[in-house]
Amino acid sequence: MFVLCEMKDTVRIPPWEFKENTTDAIMDILNKKFANKVVYNVGLCIALWDLVKLEDSFIFPGDGATHTNVHFRYVVFRPFIDEILVGKIKCSSKEGVYVSMGFFDDIFIPADALQHPAIFESQDQIWAWEYEVDEDTKHKLFMDIDEEIRFRVVDETFTDTTPSGPDTTNTESDIPTDPELKKPPYTITASISDSGLGCMSWWNG
Amino acid sequence: MEVISENSALLTNYEVFSLLTDIQNGHGQRKPNKHQQNLATIVYETVKYLENTSCKLQNPELLKVFAEKVSRFNLTKAEKLQILNQRPTTAVEIQLIVEESEERLTEEEIYELLELISSCVPSISDGEKVEGASEDHEGKEEIQEGNEEEEEEEQMDEGEGEVHEELITEDRNDVQVGAEDNDDDD
Repeated sequence: MFVLCEMKDTVRIPPWEFKENTTDAIMDILNKKFANKVVYNVGLCIALWDLVKLEDSFIFPGDGATHTNVHFRYVVFRPFIDEILVGKIKCSSKEGVYVSMGFFDDIFIPADALQHPAIFESQDQIWAWEYEVDEDTKHKLFMDIDEEIRFRVVDETFTDTTPSGPDTTNTESDIPTDPELKKPPYTITASISDSGLGCMSWWNG
Repeated sequence: MEVISENSALLTNYEVFSLLTDIQNGHGQRKPNKHQQNLATIVYETVKYLENTSCKLQNPELLKVFAEKVSRFNLTKAEKLQILNQRPTTAVEIQLIVEESEERLTEEEIYELLELISSCVPSISDGEKVEGASEDHEGKEEIQEGNEEEEEEEQMDEGEGEVHEELITEDRNDVQVGAEDNDDDD
């Protein structure tokens, strides 16, 4: 679920931080910059693990700050494909089920990756697994909101959310209607169509 | 910013949990200050998630014993990692985690593995009675031991994405500062 990512960055220490120990100041700055952010093709950064190497610092004309190249390792949330994880159902829609892990929300189980046969109860807006006990009796197992759910990671998608230049084609509307703007930077696609997957209560006997 | 290696090692939930509780308690790294809302948020939320998993009750000695005992099942690193993180209690969970488990493990072995897990890895549902639940987070020693532990696992399966021991056992704060002189100039 978590991995260590080795990165290199130039850290600018402003003059008012000079009273601090250099490593402490660098650790603070790195944690401020990366914690709770998604790095493209890396994952969701959690916290600094350690500093590996500090290179020489530089001062540039016109700037009182020092600039240091730092090699460091960061704890990153990046589950591998096929990993089994546990989360909570956040909400459901016709498209599928949205799962949250508390610190990470963008997990989606598409309708065709639910246990088969699954039906959507549009009245309650929840999905249910029509479990066949025998030929005549079917049992509906509901996937209620906030219920613990075990799923398998099947795909991951990174979206580059770095701002692009001003939109010159459509200057008329001031309201950003572009759905791309709202896209989460890192989404996990999951599946529960396997025995043992799905709500924890289904399998705990 | 430049990414040197996006996956230089896999971490167990226990290692992440002990790092984050250390940050919260100000061991090793400083507590998040008021300018580090992001760090405070993610640490709080992640700890909240991990607190409800069995990694809260794990410790380096226990992981070491487990790694030694589990080696005879010939599982991959990722499978062992998931077993530690998920603490499966039923055969169906083992079948989920272990790829092609029908071919690689006999039914007997699956039950032996479950037995090993229940004896070695404390369960969250056993509550506070479990030994080690009140472990104090003495910070670095634990994390370093945790790392050596990870090392061992890695050596067992000819480590893809190997971590170098020198890097790991190095004190987190004890990094050579090549630039101290520059700062003090003038």
